[in-house]
Amino acid sequence: MAYDEVLSRFDPVLGLEVHVELNTNTKMFCGCRNEFGGEPNTQVCPTCLGLPGSLPVLNAVAVESAMRIGLALNCEIAEWCRFARKNYFYPDMPKNFQTSQYDEPIAFDGYLDLELDDGEIVRVGIERAHMEEDTGKSLHVGGATGRIHGAEHSLLDYNRAGVPLIEIVTKTIEGTGARAPEVARAYVTALRDLLRALGVSDVRMDQGSLRCDANVSLKPLGRKEFGTRTETKNVNSLRSVERAVRYEMTRQGAVLAGGGEIVQETRHFQEADGSTSAGRRKETSEDYRYFPEPDLVPIAPSREWVEKLRGTLPEMPWERRKRIQADWSLSDAEFRDLVNAGAVELVASTVDAGASSAEARSWWVSYLTQQANNREVELAELPITPAQVARVISLVAEGKLTNKLARSVVDGVLAGEGEPDEVVDKRGLAVVSDDGALTAAVDEALAANPDIAEKIRGGKVAAAGKIVGDVMKATKGQADAKRVRELVIERCTV
Amino acid sequence: MPNISRDEVAHLAKLARLAVTDDELDTFAGQLDTILSSVARVGEVAADDIPPTSHSVPLTNVFRADEVRQGLTQAEALAGAPAAEDGRFRVPRILGEEQ
Amino acid sequence: MTDLTRLTAAELAEKIRTKETSAVEVTQSHLDRINQVDSAVHAFLHIDTEGALGAARAVDDGIASGQPPASPLAGVPLALKDVLTTKGVPTTCGSKMLEGWVPPYDATVTARLRAAGVVILGKTNMDEFAMGSSTENSAYGPSRNPWDTDRIPGGSGGGSSTALAAFEAPLAIGTDTGGSIRQPGAVTGTVGVKPTYGGVSRYGLVAFSSSLDQAGPCARTVLDAALLHEVIGGHDPLDSTSIDAPVPPVVAAAREGASGDLTGVKIGVVTEFSGDGYQPGVLRSFEAAVETLRGMGAAIVEVSCPNFTYALPAYYLINPSECSSNLARFDAMRYGLRVDDDGTRSAEEVMAATREAGFGAEVKRRIMLGTYALSAGYYDAFYGQAQKVRTLITRDFDAAFGKVDVLVSPTTPTTAFKIGERVDDPMAMYLADLCTIPANLSGTPALSVPSGLSDEDGLPVGLQVMAPALQDQRMYRVAAAFEASQDGLVIDRVGELEVA
Ligand SMILES: [Mg+2]
Ligand SMILES: [Zn+2]
Repeated sequence: MAYDEVLSRFDPVLGLEVHVELNTNTKMFCGCRNEFGGEPNTQVCPTCLGLPGSLPVLNAVAVESAMRIGLALNCEIAEWCRFARKNYFYPDMPKNFQTSQYDEPIAFDGYLDLELDDGEIVRVGIERAHMEEDTGKSLHVGGATGRIHGAEHSLLDYNRAGVPLIEIVTKTIEGTGARAPEVARAYVTALRDLLRALGVSDVRMDQGSLRCDANVSLKPLGRKEFGTRTETKNVNSLRSVERAVRYEMTRQGAVLAGGGEIVQETRHFQEADGSTSAGRRKETSEDYRYFPEPDLVPIAPSREWVEKLRGTLPEMPWERRKRIQADWSLSDAEFRDLVNAGAVELVASTVDAGASSAEARSWWVSYLTQQANNREVELAELPITPAQVARVISLVAEGKLTNKLARSVVDGVLAGEGEPDEVVDKRGLAVVSDDGALTAAVDEALAANPDIAEKIRGGKVAAAGKIVGDVMKATKGQADAKRVRELVIERCTV
Repeated sequence: MPNISRDEVAHLAKLARLAVTDDELDTFAGQLDTILSSVARVGEVAADDIPPTSHSVPLTNVFRADEVRQGLTQAEALAGAPAAEDGRFRVPRILGEEQ
Repeated sequence: MTDLTRLTAAELAEKIRTKETSAVEVTQSHLDRINQVDSAVHAFLHIDTEGALGAARAVDDGIASGQPPASPLAGVPLALKDVLTTKGVPTTCGSKMLEGWVPPYDATVTARLRAAGVVILGKTNMDEFAMGSSTENSAYGPSRNPWDTDRIPGGSGGGSSTALAAFEAPLAIGTDTGGSIRQPGAVTGTVGVKPTYGGVSRYGLVAFSSSLDQAGPCARTVLDAALLHEVIGGHDPLDSTSIDAPVPPVVAAAREGASGDLTGVKIGVVTEFSGDGYQPGVLRSFEAAVETLRGMGAAIVEVSCPNFTYALPAYYLINPSECSSNLARFDAMRYGLRVDDDGTRSAEEVMAATREAGFGAEVKRRIMLGTYALSAGYYDAFYGQAQKVRTLITRDFDAAFGKVDVLVSPTTPTTAFKIGERVDDPMAMYLADLCTIPANLSGTPALSVPSGLSDEDGLPVGLQVMAPALQDQRMYRVAAAFEASQDGLVIDRVGELEVA
């Protein structure tokens, strides 16, 4: 069904659940390293493998991170709360229950304000933010797709099992109409920026440290009751959040318009064509048999502790933006371009790493945005860090790279060839600044053009241009043209 | 109070991942009924305003410093595994979806 | 020379320390005794001959080189319940599910025993995953009571109580979720202690019912139990429910009690623990014990704990609920048994088939019961209501301890019953823990000390002494005084085992 037609008949209702992996040193309930990657089953212990007899002990930093996230989202912090066990069997879950908060979340009832592309501010209510643990990872072997269906067997790695997660759940988001997909994306973007500012997570959607499940339903215009919702999982980029919501709206619109019913189910987002597909139907309704986790004692944060944490909150992204806009002397329009390119924080970090704001801005909104578009990824997902961009900028400033060479260095970093300096070495891109080598090239060019050499010696300095051009050609553009010119004149005046 | 049917026992067995036999369904239906009817006596206690006790120690805020602690090697982790492959636990194909 | 297996742990430690004998000699004599009699009583599931002798040798080497002993129990052999993990030594919990499983880590209790120079002889038999009161639910066959091998040695820690009563070990470790240390102690004429919940680490104790499980010492004398209590007790950062406080001064209390003077001690007799279902000989032994305590100067008062009558039903909701969740991890994926993995079956099918094949009837029964009690629609009436009853029982204890220093009762309603007598009647089996369960629900400490033999069947009876949380020393003092008042140890009256 056409998107406009859906909106002429229905109101979309959203609910977003975001899982954030914290970047603590260790896991939620044990001292195993919390690190992405790593050889399989090397970051495990009796506790995160669920070995008989093992017990959990809660990571203090994870609790503080949870509270700081709650405070940044304007939530209340529980005076007393507990963990519960969510019981269900799944091979990637070592205990066959997830230790999670259930009816007593550590943070609840908050909100997040977001700015849409045109500057409109939307307030999204936050239902809760609670602590839980991640599962292990399964690798499905055999079958055509490497996916779960058709696999012959599976291989389990528990390095991720027990990694601290914060699940942030919005209240229902209504009344956004045609902008629902955009709101969904803006929410996840704003949340990501906030979490990055808090320094609590790597927020890498491509690595799964930020994961979004989108609940979507439609209700006929003018009606009060919500329609049946679906929950779309596996939405692994900001762009996908927007696409998934939009797709579900049109799909559900078509089903409802055709007199059909929406089935309450989990759906999977297909990156390739932007569609969602139904998951396997559950034979029996889930009954998680939650009960308070007897192996962990209640958490009762003192108000002093909460206020102390409130004092550690960094400048919020929106405050920071106001300040940055002023610092960089940008007009509203210029700044919005930067925002829409998803480049504010990247530019800011590049500036923090020592670059000028003009240079940093120029790199991120032009060349790097182009590269992101070519690869169809978010700017932030490009495999280059602000520190690396800042290094490239400083190499140019030091005269070690020309702008053209600098782009080649950036290409090398994006291609995974290493740090900028390594790429310079490996690709042999350094500006030739060794006077010895340059002098030799200059002498050679002068010898090849005796008539021009004569003119220069006679005081016609303007004739040097041809010699400089030849030297640049001979050094494949890696020489500093200004220095070459100086050398030419020097050689002709001795 | 309770009157546990065979079907209910079958449902419980499914939730508990137990491939019980037909004979067991009958035995358990009878025994669970007896036990549940007896333990249902807890309902006789008027306890509306009584807070539940989940823990018998009055402790709160027990935390661990965020410091790495030596865990198991891959070999130790896999030593008890029924099957292993490429440093991972090998398990039969999984039918259900991730939750 | 004296038979080393008849000595107490305190005596053995002293002889080892003064080089009157060696830890190796003591260990070897117990290993010999095990070889000689265990076929008749089946206390052990695994005997670690090499590990035991190695540990004993280390103790002897230390003494030879003039080092001070690692603890007051250095060199003394011990039988460890097979529910505590032992690195490099099999741990089965009496289940087929864990047959052959060798843990890659030590429980904190295990580690503390090793550090104290206590010699671990092996792992003792138990009801599967500690579910039972007779050790008949062991997948490896029952243990037998040395007083009468046709009878149960109690459970779930029947292997540990048997090892003590058969003089296979002077010390043992048990775990007590609803009475699994105290009830076996009572029916074998030995001492069993459930410390305050949180007083002994649960790290490495394979969980049955997490909010109730507590490891504790088993011995033939109160002093030996106290010495062992101080070795295994104390704060453990690996267990979030471990109490961060010093171990109560139980050894000093046991020594003080041995003087036999209880002047100034107020003892409450729980009125709810008598009547129907109590064997007359048990009640008579209990009444005599109370008179003995009065004779030692204690003030005796009757105390009513009305909600104790709901302890058993509350327990049989909380315990299966936690158990259904704790035992979910046995799923054939990472360790333990796996059946029917023939390449055609799914992980889900293999899990269900393995759990069906690997668990015995009682374990399945409790898993199903707990699954029911926690499921949507039943939670409030069952699990939720049971947790409220638990609050009321704790309040009963609080009120009682406002009036008295300790409470006493029979440990069990009957003496050891016959093997097979109750296996098909779960409710009858559950009654064995009638008197021991309240202390588990409230987390308070309790112990069982032999109070003599029942006059009708000549079998041991236990006296239960209960104290407020963290006041474990009070019950040691009373129990030691009572023990001192008796004409020798009850266990010394056990007959010699007939070995086929
Ligand atoms: Mg969750
Ligand atoms: Zn771990």
